Amino acid sequence: MSNPLADMDKPDVIFCIGTNMTECHPVAATRLKRALARGAKMIVADPRRIGLAEIADVHLPLRVGSDVSLLLAMAHVIAREGLMDQAFIDARTTQGEDFMEHVAQYTPEWAAEICECDPADIEKAALLYGGADRGAIYYTVGITEHICGVDNVQSLCNLALMTGNLGREGTGVNPMRGQNNIQGAGDAGALPNNYPGFQAVTVPAHQEKFHEAYGRKVDLATGMTKVTALDLCGDGIHAMIINGENTLVTDPDRHHCEHALKSLDCLVVIDIFMTDTAKVADVVFPATAWAETDGVCTNTERRVQRLRAAVPPPGEAKPDWWIVSRLAQRMGWKGFEFESAKEVFNELCSLSPLYAGLDWDRIDRGEYQWPVPTRDHPGTPRLHEEGFENGRGIFKMLEYRDPEETLSDEYPMWLTTGRRLPQYHTRTQTGRSGGIDYLLSEETLEVHPDDIARLGLVDGGWAELSNPRGCLHVKVRATAKSPKGTVFASFAFEDVPVNVLTGGGYDPVTQTAALKACPVALKPVGPPLALGQVGVGARGF
Amino acid sequence: MKRNGTPSTNGKGVQLTMTLDGEKVAFTRGETVYEVAERHQKEIPTLCYDPRLEPFGGCRLCIVELEGARNPVASCTMKAEPGMRVRTRTAALEVQRRILMEMVASENRDTDVDPMHGYASQEMAELLDRYDARTGRFEGALSGESRPDDDNPFIKRDYENCISCYRCVRVCAEQEGDYAISVMNRGFHTQITTEFGGLLKDSACTFCGQCIQTCPTGALGDLKALANKDVPGETETTRTICPYCGVGCTVDVMTRGEKIVGVLPAMDGPANEGALCVKGQFAFDFVGHPDRLATPFIREEKSGQLRPASWDEALDFAAGKLRKVVKDHGRRAIYGIASGRAPHEAAYMMQRFIRAGLGTNHIDNCSRA
Repeated sequence: MSNPLADMDKPDVIFCIGTNMTECHPVAATRLKRALARGAKMIVADPRRIGLAEIADVHLPLRVGSDVSLLLAMAHVIAREGLMDQAFIDARTTQGEDFMEHVAQYTPEWAAEICECDPADIEKAALLYGGADRGAIYYTVGITEHICGVDNVQSLCNLALMTGNLGREGTGVNPMRGQNNIQGAGDAGALPNNYPGFQAVTVPAHQEKFHEAYGRKVDLATGMTKVTALDLCGDGIHAMIINGENTLVTDPDRHHCEHALKSLDCLVVIDIFMTDTAKVADVVFPATAWAETDGVCTNTERRVQRLRAAVPPPGEAKPDWWIVSRLAQRMGWKGFEFESAKEVFNELCSLSPLYAGLDWDRIDRGEYQWPVPTRDHPGTPRLHEEGFENGRGIFKMLEYRDPEETLSDEYPMWLTTGRRLPQYHTRTQTGRSGGIDYLLSEETLEVHPDDIARLGLVDGGWAELSNPRGCLHVKVRATAKSPKGTVFASFAFEDVPVNVLTGGGYDPVTQTAALKACPVALKPVGPPLALGQVGVGARGF
Repeated sequence: MKRNGTPSTNGKGVQLTMTLDGEKVAFTRGETVYEVAERHQKEIPTLCYDPRLEPFGGCRLCIVELEGARNPVASCTMKAEPGMRVRTRTAALEVQRRILMEMVASENRDTDVDPMHGYASQEMAELLDRYDARTGRFEGALSGESRPDDDNPFIKRDYENCISCYRCVRVCAEQEGDYAISVMNRGFHTQITTEFGGLLKDSACTFCGQCIQTCPTGALGDLKALANKDVPGETETTRTICPYCGVGCTVDVMTRGEKIVGVLPAMDGPANEGALCVKGQFAFDFVGHPDRLATPFIREEKSGQLRPASWDEALDFAAGKLRKVVKDHGRRAIYGIASGRAPHEAAYMMQRFIRAGLGTNHIDNCSRA
């Protein structure tokens, strides 16, 4: 997030897009609700009538994957009405004039043809955000998990740049990170293009720094992404070490993924449970879990916080850093003689300019938000206050692109996926926590009542959901939360593995999978038959 | 119980002062008399106060004497004004407070509840002790009807111990924005209830547990923690961060011996300021689940099955396989995927393994899907 969580009850106008915050980041959502109680207005762009939409002033139920068209049209209205922050544009951005010219063609009526929203609502949303003194944008993977994920984010940045909604209290472009330490994994350098602290691996100064620190030359080119690596399994990639990810269940196109992992010469999995992914490994190492592990995590607002062990781990489980460093030692490598999490974290701090002012002891109370470049620096709750890191904010001239797969006579419905409040991800944790199943014990496919009637489905009955990648059976629930023509399911339950269907391409820049827009066919079927019908086309009991 | 959320003076403009028990003290415009007194460790008793919520003035225990006012006033709703002269603890006030506590106690079935009920559950019992008010002088009617029919596994609804402070209703509305619970009737018939009086799961309740944690009497209780109330040992707490989404809520994990017995929200957690959701509050017991891996496993060549192994054996087995891959296909044939769920040290060591060990950049994390 560009701005701290504490800013979330301060905007005049909140624009949430592709974020089901009341279910996925419930505590952050309480701050938005407090802003609303204080009189703030809220725009929610989401295909589904999610919890936030229920309390919004404007709900834009856009067609999945059409965000760029909607955001171009909002920019069009803001430019047409002269709601730009010209002083900000002049002082802090470049190509503003070109951008205003670029968006002149993208009217709400044009966008409505693509995003299927009412042009009057697009107009209303643009006037609200454009007219705000403090406008704040919040988004989650509903924005990024598309073939145009980067375009979506840059479209949001364009809106913030043209209205000067950056670098001030209660504003910003704020991605809500979905996992407790997904930010930290990037901070720590687990990226193919960056060393720790987002230092690009292609910059000679960084290469020298890490050559010296690690006593070994590292390839000068960026590595491949996980997505490419999975494509190349058995053909260039012959071993994988997977730490704490149930790749088989969370990644798109399960059958492709399963085939990839099975074609490796060696798969090492480090996890706390025997996940589906661990089951196909050659070696499984038992890791310590949350509340058994001392360590550090960074939250969505870049706050660096301490994790503390409260109980001993089961049996011989060990911290991840211990396992990986000991494996490195067995490989015969020097420099992996770490004895504590503190030692590991302090080495990270010594190599990351973002953490240069931090160490294990200094983060004890979680006061710092990075960057913290020096020991006397107070941390940076709000980014871009003085300026942008790379000089001026650049407007991007974007154009709308269709998803890689679009609707056809054969696959006439959109499937979109996500999480639900009580269950987390693939239920490896919440499914093993007492009581959670009381709130949600099975997956259902959310289908608009008109579609139920049109397709001959029955509320509470069963449907077959299919596309060329796979097929599954799922119980149907009639709800107007889903728009007509779009169905929703979470990927939490193993007997409804929706990721056998997803996989319609990747963003060309980040290779983030397009998990949110997937054409499918939907038809009624009878209830599941006897046990043992495992495999494609059957419920995987 | 120590409360957080003490306001600071802003230092802007003229220094505003008032007199508190004969002492001149500074305050910030907008502060209540109660807040000023709290800052000066006056320990004014209260049962309906939660620093995160709007002042309510319901329990009347926080009454103070204000010079010029005929009757004592509730300090939680009274804004501090320049020149105000306030006495927080006089003999008359203490007598009134004691009577109020005796009356409060008379409405409840139990005056002492297990601390596992929740964060604030001992507040009433502590005040009864402080005012020596367990006299049983009054005979009150129980003030609410318990809901043993609510079969939810998280929130005990024992309204026979309710004192109608409305903290649960207010935290649900003001803090959570859920408005799942409300108040029905008045006086002895006051009842905390849901819309249509049904079960919590049929209401707007999200089971965040905030009502439990603010309840000062144990009328509401954390059923998951209460299930552990007989686990032997002293309850200890360890401060850490919730393991689920990226908001990074601070929690205090309660343990007895080697068992996690519950979770308390940290009122001074920078990201959450005392708030939690159903997962952070209740989904903690995966940690000690019997399915947890407790030993390494290696795949036997012959049977093709995974079997338990010692660390030595498993590390050597993995290193041997990886070395063979390097020998057969080169160092670029190994790929690492780090976790967005494990701490920094895990991700850092994974990339260090790939970079310092193999000299490649074949490392990523799980953020692309």
